[in-house]
Amino acid sequence: MSEAFQSKHVLEYPGGYTRSVGPVIGRFLTGLRDGRLVAVRTPTGKVVVPPTEYDPVTSESVGGADADFVEVGPAGTVTTWTWVHKVRPGKQPLDHPFAFALIRPDGADTAMLGAVAASGPEAMQTGMRVVPHWNVNRNGTLRDIAAWVPLPEGAAIPEAPARPLVEGEAPVTGVVQPIRLDYTVTAGAALTRYLEGLAQGKILGGRSPNSDEVYAASRGTDPKTGDPTSIEVEVADRGAITTFCIVNIPGLSALAPPVPFVSAHILLDGANNTFFGLIRGCEVDEVRMGMRVKAKWADVLKPDHTSILHWEPTGEPDAPYESYKDYI
Amino acid sequence: MGANLAAVVGVGQTKHRSSRKDVSMAGLLREAAMEALADAGMTWADIDAVVIGKAPDMFEGVAMPELYLADALGAVGKPMMRVHTAGSVGGSTAIVATKLVTSGIHKRVLTVGFEKQSESNATWGLSVPMPFSAQLAAGAGGYFAPLIRGYIYRSGAPRNTGHVVAVKDRKAALRNPKAHLHIPDISLEMVEASPMLWDPIRYLDTCPSSDGAMALVIGAEDVADASAGPVAWVHGMAMRSEPTMFARRDQVNPLAGRACAKDLYTQAGITNPREDFDCAEVYVPFSWYEPMWLENLGFCPEGDGWKLTQAGATAPDGDIPWNPSGGVLSSNPIGASGMVRFGEAAQQVRERAGDYQVELKTGRTLGHAYGGGSQFFSMWVVANHKPSS
Repeated sequence: MSEAFQSKHVLEYPGGYTRSVGPVIGRFLTGLRDGRLVAVRTPTGKVVVPPTEYDPVTSESVGGADADFVEVGPAGTVTTWTWVHKVRPGKQPLDHPFAFALIRPDGADTAMLGAVAASGPEAMQTGMRVVPHWNVNRNGTLRDIAAWVPLPEGAAIPEAPARPLVEGEAPVTGVVQPIRLDYTVTAGAALTRYLEGLAQGKILGGRSPNSDEVYAASRGTDPKTGDPTSIEVEVADRGAITTFCIVNIPGLSALAPPVPFVSAHILLDGANNTFFGLIRGCEVDEVRMGMRVKAKWADVLKPDHTSILHWEPTGEPDAPYESYKDYI
Repeated sequence: MGANLAAVVGVGQTKHRSSRKDVSMAGLLREAAMEALADAGMTWADIDAVVIGKAPDMFEGVAMPELYLADALGAVGKPMMRVHTAGSVGGSTAIVATKLVTSGIHKRVLTVGFEKQSESNATWGLSVPMPFSAQLAAGAGGYFAPLIRGYIYRSGAPRNTGHVVAVKDRKAALRNPKAHLHIPDISLEMVEASPMLWDPIRYLDTCPSSDGAMALVIGAEDVADASAGPVAWVHGMAMRSEPTMFARRDQVNPLAGRACAKDLYTQAGITNPREDFDCAEVYVPFSWYEPMWLENLGFCPEGDGWKLTQAGATAPDGDIPWNPSGGVLSSNPIGASGMVRFGEAAQQVRERAGDYQVELKTGRTLGHAYGGGSQFFSMWVVANHKPSS
């Protein structure tokens, strides 16, 4: 058996997820844009920063837009920290070694996570005083604080630098959250074997020793019993359309063909399962349940699904409904 | 059912909209949860455990909602869990929450289902190409439209049957202030003139994409007995699943749905669902799924579902109203939609359904949800009286 195929896979919503933040977190983010730390006083009297819409212990509402907002800090005290020796550029707040710290701004009862730009771990200590180093261009995200920096004893607390005024600027109501996950996907033994078959112009299926049912593009097990489909079977590259739809919506995905196109369930001769296939080679309104189709193979065969370009009519008489009625 | 009785003692629901840009995700859930707590006459402190459900993670890009939402939903120092069964999740979440009560473990459980679909795009979430798999990337409609074609062929249903449902449920929604879609002049002509998206599914045969949340408070027997307001007693709960694909799978009338209904009806003593229920709230995201599920759920013999729809039997003034709230066709916050069905069924037996209240004869209703490739089913029966032991 050959080694299973692997492929890179990126999962990323184009443009990033849009988060509406509501009136309480919105007030905090608007404060960051103004170069201020805004907290909320909860019904139990705690001053929470970043503010939550509810008391973190009792879950009671803080009152939404009418909550008791208070400005805290900007100086604060490190309550605990860890040193990041090796940074991952572009993926962490700073591109040189730094400390992740929990910082309790003056006047607040809670600590918030921040990156402290210190000269080294020997310059860090629980209880040390820090202040935000604000970016000049701020847009209402946590990144408006470039980093926290140590505040020497007796030193003045620096003000946030003025940012260019924007006429009629509205409070912050949302953020964009890009999320990207990089995977390595392994095809597994059964699928790898199927893909190798495609490269030879063959459609391979599998059958379990205890079953008379053949699964084209088997996943390696019989879905009814869990038995391994260990007996390899070649099925025909032709079969019958059991049912289908005509897709008229363009751009459902980057891979979708131009509309209108027909997406059909195809039951291959010798197989006992159907799968989706793109029908070409006739007008969409000529496609019928029972229509016989065959694979249109690519000129260059590869061990992937691009080896079958689409399915097209064979011209044979339609399959009788009885022959495929149990496959819809 | 477990050894103990349970009842819905509080229901809360947001007004569903295409977009709720004015609230955070936590804020959206809290709207529904606080309404349910108030309805139950409870506060956060009264709740013993919290069970939440949402749609697949890519839909809104939150992979661990239970982590982010624990303090927002009053779960500090209490058990919290998340349930995940695709589109049926709202139903299975309510069932898991209720089983925490019927098992005798907890007395008062808060359960919330939600969707903030405006933060992303469900069709994208359903159509992400994966390596090694042939993708036709035709969206949810592309998956279900061939099955609907199969149903039409099998049953000989008139082609406008789906349109009849599309009109009926949108008219019903006009009486439900919390429904997303309110189309006052909805008509067969309007549905028939709407664009053909996935032939045979037209635009107005499809559900909207909604932001919304649904919350229930489930109470034990003594909690329900002491409740100031009406309660909905749970008479049966069932879940079933099956693979998306297996040889000779009946995808139009799935075995898992039939088996789930059979189990449910045995528990609840239902012998003739069309007569034994006062109404049903059933997950119908594409209009044709009403006649298909009428058959799958045993409201009529196989092949006859469309006849009930065409005869008006399932209309609010019919003998067995389906989705008097307007259903999924009028509001679809996917992660909440199943719980909305379960909760609307409860509101009917509590006589809290306002302008879309049905007449109670048996005092029993059905809540239903399905998800994935018609492969996850969850259902319950609720009533205005305790089950007879």
